[in-house]
Formats: sequence, structure tokens, C-alpha cells
Amino acid sequence: MRRDIFQAIADPSRRAIITLIALQAMTPNAIADNFNTTRQAVSKHLRILTECELVRAQQQGREIYYSLEVEKLKEIDLWVNQFRKIWETRFSQLDDVLSTLKK
Amino acid sequence: MNDFLVDKTTKTVSFSREFDAELSLVWDAYTKQELLDQWWAPKPWTSKTKFMDFTVGGRRFYAMVSPEGDEHWSLQTYTSISPKTNFKLLNAFADKDENPELPGSEWDLTFSERNGKTTVRISIYNESLARLEKMLDMGFKEGTAMNLKNLEELLATLSKQQ
Repeated sequence: MRRDIFQAIADPSRRAIITLIALQAMTPNAIADNFNTTRQAVSKHLRILTECELVRAQQQGREIYYSLEVEKLKEIDLWVNQFRKIWETRFSQLDDVLSTLKK
Repeated sequence: MNDFLVDKTTKTVSFSREFDAELSLVWDAYTKQELLDQWWAPKPWTSKTKFMDFTVGGRRFYAMVSPEGDEHWSLQTYTSISPKTNFKLLNAFADKDENPELPGSEWDLTFSERNGKTTVRISIYNESLARLEKMLDMGFKEGTAMNLKNLEELLATLSKQQ
């Protein structure tokens, strides 16, 4: 199943995980300590985030550390900007129509 | 465009824009078919309205036509009209036979004039993210069901750190 970044942030718990590991790489246990859910639930969210390529897992000794792929997050910003761009184009076209009407 | 806002809790995107024209002109540009089609589609796309009945309960059936000639139909139903002040509509994708794909999005447009300039405030409510993604596939987007504000702030913080 192909996943994308919007699925990654569609869930509030996942958004919270993103915020946590944005500051520093964390182990799954350390992440789970911040939630009232089961470790399995946190693991599942981490798996989805990894599949979305928003989070990277790195082995350090006996521990796995999860960190955020910041570049990937910028896709969201780009996406919102597209929406903005469409309306800006629309509005500037309306400016032209209005100035024609005023003549 | 001002105060562009994406609000996850209300699933609404809102923004406003000031136009250098008096209110009645701007109102006409939004509510008259022949004017709407002149600006509604971002170039190189064109807007083709098949019919438009700007009354409460009335509908506008129109297509966004791509440069290759692909038609993407939408059906808008006007749910409320306060002349020169506000109108609301339901916007849904449709097939060429006017069958809407529900749920659509709910639009609320408010008009006000000051010193000969007119401000239009638009808010668009969307129920589903899937619909939004479809919009994106077509090259149009109409709102979002996520709180990007937090993420944007996060991005700003992170990009400062780099």
C-alpha cells in the first residue's frame, strides 16, 4: 500500500509524535512514555510514519532511534501553497475583469 | 490574498481579498455567469458554465476545461443569498450528466465595501481529506481537514535551526 505524507498527519497521535521527534531523535519507548495508549499503538503509528518516509529509524547499539525527515514535511507547505496560488491566479484575473468593467 | 487560514478543528480554509472596485461590480463578477466565466478558471484552464440560476435553491453547472479539452464538471447549489452582502453554496464534483459526488464542500462568501474598495471573505468547509486530494489531482484544491498551522510553525522553527 502506497502511503503519503497526508496520511501521516491525518491522525492526531501521529501529529503529536512528529512534534516530539522534531526536537530530537527518540526511541520507541521514550515516545510511548508521552502517550496514554499502548506501545503497540505507538509502534503502529511509527510504522505508518516510516512508510510515509516522514520518519527515519536508525539503529544505535541496541536501541532504535526515530528521527524526522524535515524535507518531507515541506511537501505539506508546498501543497497548501498550490491552493493559495490557484486563488491568487483567480483573483488577479478578476482584477482584470473588474478594470475592464469600470471603463 | 490576506489571512489565509487552515483550521483543522473546523475543517475550514478561509481567506480574504480586496478589490479596487465598488461592491456592486464585484458582486456581479461573482454572481453573473458571463462575468464568472471570464475569471473563474486559473489560466490556461477555462471555465464553461452550462447553466446558472442565481436564486436560493438554484444551481450553477459548470466545467473547468483543461488546455487539452478535458472537462471537469462541478455543481454548485445556492443555499442562501443576501444581495450584495453574502451568499452560500454547496460545491460538489459532478459527472457530465449533473450527478454530484457527495459530500462536497460548503462555501460562504461575504462582501463589504470601504472607500470604493471591496473586500471579499471566503471560507470553505470540507468534510473529507480524500475529496481534497482529488482536487489536487485535478490541479485545484479547496480546503483541507488538517491543522497545518502547527506544522508550519514547526517548519519555521526547524528551518531556523538549519
